[in-house]
Amino acid sequence: MEREDQSIEAGTQQSEGRAQLAAPLERRSFLGLLFGVGSVGVTALISIGVASISALLSVPIVRFVLHPLSAKTTETAWSEIGAAEEFSAITIPVKRLMTVEQRDGWRKVISEKSVYVTKGKDGQLRVLSAICTHLGCSVPWIEAKGQFICPCHNGVFAPDGALISGPPPRGLDELETKIEGGRLLVRYQYFRQLVPTKEVIA
Amino acid sequence: MNQSLTTQEGSKLANRSRTSRVFEWFDERTGINKLLGKALDEPIPGGVRFAYIFGSGLLFLFISQVITGVFLAIYYVPSADHAHTTVAYITKEVTAGSFLRSLHSYGSSAVVVVLLLHVLQTFVYGSYKGRRELLWIAGCVLFALMAGMAFTGYLLPWDQKAYFATAVGTNIASEVPLVGEGIKRLMRGGADMGTLTLSRFFVAHVFLIPSVIFFFVAIHIYLFRKAGAAGPISEDPIAPKQKAESFYPRQLLMDLVFSLLLITALSVFSWLVPAELGPKANPSDTQFLPRPEWYYRPMFHWLKFWQGSQSFIGIIVIPTIVIVLFVGLPFIDRKLERRPWKRPVGVIVFALVFLSFVTLGVLSYRDDRRNPAVAAQIAKQRKETEEFMRTPFEPETASSSLAAANIALADPLAAQGKTIFEAQSCNSCHGDGGIGTPAGAKLIGVGAKMSPDQLITVLRQPTAKMAEGGMTPLKWKDDDMKAVVAYLRSLK
Repeated sequence: MEREDQSIEAGTQQSEGRAQLAAPLERRSFLGLLFGVGSVGVTALISIGVASISALLSVPIVRFVLHPLSAKTTETAWSEIGAAEEFSAITIPVKRLMTVEQRDGWRKVISEKSVYVTKGKDGQLRVLSAICTHLGCSVPWIEAKGQFICPCHNGVFAPDGALISGPPPRGLDELETKIEGGRLLVRYQYFRQLVPTKEVIA
Repeated sequence: MNQSLTTQEGSKLANRSRTSRVFEWFDERTGINKLLGKALDEPIPGGVRFAYIFGSGLLFLFISQVITGVFLAIYYVPSADHAHTTVAYITKEVTAGSFLRSLHSYGSSAVVVVLLLHVLQTFVYGSYKGRRELLWIAGCVLFALMAGMAFTGYLLPWDQKAYFATAVGTNIASEVPLVGEGIKRLMRGGADMGTLTLSRFFVAHVFLIPSVIFFFVAIHIYLFRKAGAAGPISEDPIAPKQKAESFYPRQLLMDLVFSLLLITALSVFSWLVPAELGPKANPSDTQFLPRPEWYYRPMFHWLKFWQGSQSFIGIIVIPTIVIVLFVGLPFIDRKLERRPWKRPVGVIVFALVFLSFVTLGVLSYRDDRRNPAVAAQIAKQRKETEEFMRTPFEPETASSSLAAANIALADPLAAQGKTIFEAQSCNSCHGDGGIGTPAGAKLIGVGAKMSPDQLITVLRQPTAKMAEGGMTPLKWKDDDMKAVVAYLRSLK
């Protein structure tokens, strides 16, 4: 209220002042007309100006900040580990080193992971992570015994990855696979250790 | 009473009184009303004018630079290894990144343009007169600080032109007698340009200079309010006599219209012609011709005239004279006469200096065009920049991945060791690439702690601590042992 009263007063003073300055003002600018609409109109115009400037500036900034929401920066891509038919005749698990490329913003992290290609009881190809579900050691295939045996605490797994004995809480983890154009693709993921169910670590 | 009002009017009244109650609550605690009144009711002798918009315009542009700059820092990394990649990432990948970077990049040019207009207006109107020496000097300091912002910001993208322009820029400092070499080293963080130069420029650009600018903007505005608006050229700068008009609302509106125009022009320009990024700085490139931003072109061309033993005069003495004359203007020109035609000496000197700058700038561009070798090289650099802009963003490979991938290529013995390391299931407990697991220690960096002989010794006969962890004595052939040790030493 107070503010408004002041502006009204100022407006009166202004119009008096403008009476004396009328001639030079008119000569100076046609915009004088626009600016002569009075304090309330001008305040509205100023508010619109401030609003439009901040709107104009904030849209690209918000999109810039929200970029990670739309970018696929951390999603693990599918990696190829060989031709699908290469594995069709396997009778025992085959070790493969796969290259996992992970985008991390403006950089990429390339790492090698060992996996085993094996067959399930149903005869379907399965790809197993070599990480022990107990404490995370790398589990080797021991051909002499026909089992996966973890050297750390003697966890024993069947050729299809099922748990046979030892401290691990579950069998070896199966990775997501798909066959595209005859190539076997694997999506490498890490899983939580020491829990009976398979949980992806984000 | 309420009954006599229509519902609409009633709710209007209720709304208004609620708003004003909120405002009163806020005002009682902050004193915002008085503060706003003080800020906005600044009297302008002779009334408002479009000629007075440049100061607010500069403040607006500075705030825009601060905002866009802060957000650019979300993705930027100030290191010689990553700076260029991160700026390329902002430019080519991040949503609105190219636009935001363009706003910031072109914003610096806009600051220079409006700054020159502000100085020009102040000079032509004689607004530095009448007890405004400190106000003028604070303005000069801000001028220098903005020049510093432009200089330090230019290096940050770490592309070819950034690198070589800054190499030239820092070389100029070494022309200062006695301390020149020291200043250059300090600016660069060493004898040569490198990642320490980038760190220093980043800190100066983002922390040091902006904080000093904030301080001097406050001083500049305070001194301006203390002296009061000078008004038109016919006005007495100390005791104004013409009828004053308040800054609010019409001058504020004019200032805002100007700011709106500035940001619109900047946005349209940024949208249509996005700021470019050249290929990454290559210090071993001996062909590259550095060219500074347009506003440094006059100085750049001026320096070309002064080589050899006389360079001291051209690089230090003459610029110092110009700067002293410029900063000392309100002390030299002490008369209160403000009409330009009544103070011809000042106006002519100012015009001459200004024209010299324009001429030097024009000559710089003209010389580049006229010299075929230079024109060809600059055209080549342009092409390289355009080519770089066309190629899609290529993420940087993390150094750890590279090290792992390069082992096989670098040392066949180590590569053999890697095979043994995996065949013997060392990686079961020590992890792939020796990264360590809960069952076995990390082996990365073990080569720095132990010599090859020491490694062989502990592998054949593990220490008590190792044995406790489950390490068994290895009974391998010497060749296999050497290969594994070579591999272990390559794990960094």
